[in-house]
Amino acid sequence: MIKLVATLFFTISVNSVLAAVGPAAPVDDIDTDIRDQESMQRGMALFTNYCFGCHSLEYSRYERSANDLGIPKEIFEENLLEGDAKIGQLMTTSMDKDQAKAWFGNPPPDLTLVARLRGPDWLYSYLRGFYADPSRPYGVNNVVFKDVGMPHVLADLQGMCAEPPRMGIDTEVDPLSGNIVKSSGCQEYKSEGSMTPAEYDEAIYDLVNYLEYVGEPSRIESERIGLYVLVFLAFFFVFVYFLNKEYWRDIH
Amino acid sequence: MQKLISWIDERLPVVNAFEKHMSKYYAPKNFNVFYFFGVLSFVVLANQLLTGIWLTMSYNPSAEGAFASIEYIMRDVEYGWLLRYLHSTGASAFFVVVYMHMFRGLLYGSYKKPRELVWIFGMTIYLALMAEAFMGYLLPWGQMSYWGAQVIVNLFGAIPYIGEGLALWIRGDYLISGITLNRFFALHVVALPIVILALVVLHILALHEVGSNNPDGIDIKKDKDENGIPKDGIPFHPFYTVHDMVGIVVFLFVFCAVVFFFPEMGGYFLEKPNFEPANALKTPDHIAPVWYFTPFYAILRAVPDAFLGVVAMGAAIAILFVLPWLDRSPVRSMRYKGNLSKIALVLFIISFCILGYLGVVVATPGRTLLAQVLTVIYFAYFILMPWYTSIEKTKPVPERVTMK
Repeated sequence: MIKLVATLFFTISVNSVLAAVGPAAPVDDIDTDIRDQESMQRGMALFTNYCFGCHSLEYSRYERSANDLGIPKEIFEENLLEGDAKIGQLMTTSMDKDQAKAWFGNPPPDLTLVARLRGPDWLYSYLRGFYADPSRPYGVNNVVFKDVGMPHVLADLQGMCAEPPRMGIDTEVDPLSGNIVKSSGCQEYKSEGSMTPAEYDEAIYDLVNYLEYVGEPSRIESERIGLYVLVFLAFFFVFVYFLNKEYWRDIH
Repeated sequence: MQKLISWIDERLPVVNAFEKHMSKYYAPKNFNVFYFFGVLSFVVLANQLLTGIWLTMSYNPSAEGAFASIEYIMRDVEYGWLLRYLHSTGASAFFVVVYMHMFRGLLYGSYKKPRELVWIFGMTIYLALMAEAFMGYLLPWGQMSYWGAQVIVNLFGAIPYIGEGLALWIRGDYLISGITLNRFFALHVVALPIVILALVVLHILALHEVGSNNPDGIDIKKDKDENGIPKDGIPFHPFYTVHDMVGIVVFLFVFCAVVFFFPEMGGYFLEKPNFEPANALKTPDHIAPVWYFTPFYAILRAVPDAFLGVVAMGAAIAILFVLPWLDRSPVRSMRYKGNLSKIALVLFIISFCILGYLGVVVATPGRTLLAQVLTVIYFAYFILMPWYTSIEKTKPVPERVTMK
């Protein structure tokens, strides 16, 4: 038995090392801006209303988001706290993991670090990548994450795309008419949502921006302190350089 | 103050020690930029020890709590993110400076007689450092921590007869588990740091006994003045202490730029799959060790047979130990060695770097073939060394060191 387990693990690990990783699905590029507090506030609101029912941010505390996003504590407590949670608590969800596994095949993953794991471009494309596919349990599939277990939770905002949305395509405009001939995203909708495609893209950008911030909340402080450190070192270099020069003046 | 020093000195030879190792340790005056990397290893070691102590205060070495405690350090501990990035970047920086330090040794023949023991202690530090880095990498308990450890520990399983038992003994379980995590933690924070510190002391004591080499590979002790001081030597303190300060500040500038602005270093210092907690049931698509192990990992993969691959990987490290006895050249420095030695070193460095790249990426038949060719070059550098260093024509070595 031990031998079997050991052999199995060795085979799995060696095979996974040798197996060629297939080409990744194309994605749309975005530039996130974690200094844009308004965008992250909208993103957090969207997260709380649509994602938080299933996905936790379990390593992150409410209060940290409130402070870093510039949301006053009272307004935050009134609108963005889940159930009877306290503002100092971790952002866990009440969903039962075993039940979730039965419903979706896999429990919805925690999203605290998803932006660092997958990258913002992938997230932005994934959330715009759902389309109708009757062969799937929830009737939806995703171009970026094939056969994903997650239903299209944002369908009442985006609508349901009739065919796989295009990804990683530069927008092409017809120079005569000014009409868009080619662009990324959904081309044909099966059912309409409450947002226009442009509004939806904007909303997803805000959400990804917030998740990017949650992945590494220390980023802005790190760059602020880092700048001082580098300026100090550059300044200090002048002193050590001339001190060294002075000592070594007579050594030839 | 003077009274205090003499009070201590009557009981402990502090003045003597300071003179022996600093103010009356005569180092060649012609050190160049490659001679910064020894003291830089010291700086990084101090950084790792200090940040490590503070990380230990908030880290939880259990399978259930390890991953969450890292995020706790990153978010809730005051300046925890800074301690953690200093430590994670420091691990990579350690290998950068140690590789440069070793390259300096190859370039100027610092391993040659009478510095064989200096080299062997140094190589042992390198070996202990690899174990330290490997065990430290399991501690965040991310996917790459887990599967990287799984692959490396399974390598021991490829040894005939004792292999499986050995791998089981290392893990303490049938697969990597919380038990493995706890023992790696103990080794990482207590056992190996003690070993490394002791080896560093031996490395320095052995060096100060025989004296430092220099870019010309000249023995400065042969040419002394009437006071018995080498003519080409200068006191380490203050001359090299002020000199090293310049190198340390430049190093810190680059190091801090990475720590504060690019701690992931594009996924090379902190690998992306490690932002997902360890999952024994889900193998990542592509398991790659951290960059500093990849040259040896590429050698392992280049050999078709699992056991022979492990042998080749072990041999690639082991052969470095006997380097002092492979070099038959009458001169130390590459400046005075012949063309064969120069070509051999260039080919060796190129193959080491490309092997490092091949160890990061997914293997394809073409890449495996390239890795095989480079593995042959890697070993040829050592195996053919007794031959090419003894037949080539060397240049005459000057009497006194040259200042460039």
